[in-house]
Amino acid sequence: MASMEKDSVSGQMTTGHEWDGIKELNTPLPKWWVYVFWATVIWAVAYWIAMPAWPTINDYSRGMLGYSSRADLDNELKAQKQARGAWLAKFQTASVEDIAKDKTLLNYALVGGKVSFGENCSACHGSGGVGVAGAYPRLADDEWIWGGTLAEIEQTIKFGVRNEHADSRQSEMLPFGTGDMLSAEQVGQLADYVVSLSTKTPAAGSPGEAIFAERCTACHQEGGVGSKDLGAPALNNAIWLWKGNNQAAKDMVVGQITKPKHGSMPAWAGRLDDNTIKMLAVYVHSLGGGQ
Amino acid sequence: MSVFKHHAKLETNVFFLAVGILLSVIVGGLVEVVPLFTIESTIEKVEGVRPYSPLEQAGRDIYVREGCYNCHSQMIRPFKDEIERYGHYSLAAESKYDHPFQWASKRTGPDLARVGGKYTNDWHVRHMINPRDVVPESVMPGYPHLMRPLNYAGIAGNLTALKVVGVPYTDAQIMNAKKDLEEQAMSDSPDAAVLKSYPKAKMGDVDGNPKVVTEMDALVAYLQVLGTMVDFTTVKPEKIYR
Repeated sequence: MASMEKDSVSGQMTTGHEWDGIKELNTPLPKWWVYVFWATVIWAVAYWIAMPAWPTINDYSRGMLGYSSRADLDNELKAQKQARGAWLAKFQTASVEDIAKDKTLLNYALVGGKVSFGENCSACHGSGGVGVAGAYPRLADDEWIWGGTLAEIEQTIKFGVRNEHADSRQSEMLPFGTGDMLSAEQVGQLADYVVSLSTKTPAAGSPGEAIFAERCTACHQEGGVGSKDLGAPALNNAIWLWKGNNQAAKDMVVGQITKPKHGSMPAWAGRLDDNTIKMLAVYVHSLGGGQ
Repeated sequence: MSVFKHHAKLETNVFFLAVGILLSVIVGGLVEVVPLFTIESTIEKVEGVRPYSPLEQAGRDIYVREGCYNCHSQMIRPFKDEIERYGHYSLAAESKYDHPFQWASKRTGPDLARVGGKYTNDWHVRHMINPRDVVPESVMPGYPHLMRPLNYAGIAGNLTALKVVGVPYTDAQIMNAKKDLEEQAMSDSPDAAVLKSYPKAKMGDVDGNPKVVTEMDALVAYLQVLGTMVDFTTVKPEKIYR
């Protein structure tokens, strides 16, 4: 074992290790470093006492300050609500029509509605409400299945279409072409007539016209103008919900008469609050074809 | 400070140093690991969280198999902006029957913790087959192969394995696993027996092929229940503060 000695140059003790005459100094840590070290130790102990830190058998120490990140969040949300308070109060009492009439409220609703639309609605209805051909209706035109007034749009968003919600919009088209209601030939004739309606050249006196009058007008109305109460789309224009991009109109109509597809939309009440739904209704109404 | 002078004895003796390291690791383990098994306040006491129905569990296995967690998290953090976008922050209780949990840590796609009920079944099917059909700007790969039949011969075994690791499936639930799975995928009766075992389960065929239970049926049933089990209108905020 080597011996520790005082180094004559630095005045420090050596560690006693020696390699080929080279000795190792045992220089103590700088004072500032030692003080900082002890300060961190004291800080840690204080932190254990002040903040939630130690696990116990079934629980954990809550800390004297009672800090909780979730409580913090709730306070933040409360502060945010308060900051928006004046606006929220106006929205709470205003109907969608009131909001659309008041220019400042309208601006607020359009901005808020756009954000919420992007997160919640655009997955189906597309950015800006362009829709998906053959699947989800376009909201940026003036063709409405369940109605295009502010109140009608609000109701559709709130309760949705053909879902489990008790107030959801409901209707069902019968599979006229399946079973013995219509023969294949009649389905073809009916489809021809419906396509003629959509091109504004109704084939008067055709066999399809008679079938249409008998089977279809209860919902789609005379002349195929449709019924918003029943969600029966207008057939007297070239806007089709179920026609894919590369599909012939007649093929689609035959398919729909034989095995009707029914669109469905979730109810947003519960997931979104009333104010957000109002903003969305105003935003959708503004996309191009609000009535 | 004379006690610190003895430090050298510990550091220069291999035996004492090894004992010292061992003691440190034991203390660290006791303090950090043991409470995870005994602490009862981590999991919030909320109503409604139930084990996954057999169909949902099968869908969950597909979710794991396809690596959905690589791009989708299931963890809404308690931040203002996340809550505005996704809804109530995730509770520990909501993933207490997840083995393994799917919290994940990367969001190339959106968080899915509350995706249940947000979109229709029809949307999920279209989107899974080719995401660009419905969301033109999406970068998600298509999963058209999910339209193949689901292999659920071993579903009762799956539930049994989960029971071993602590998911409280009853013997009856395990016995009826196959029947429950088929019923959920093919029936849309509100009186279905599977709904009594697994409330809020989304019933019915989703992919337009009611005769075959496909992987799509299972995955969508799983997605549609995510985040819907707890009714937050009945949860007092102070009760879940942590």
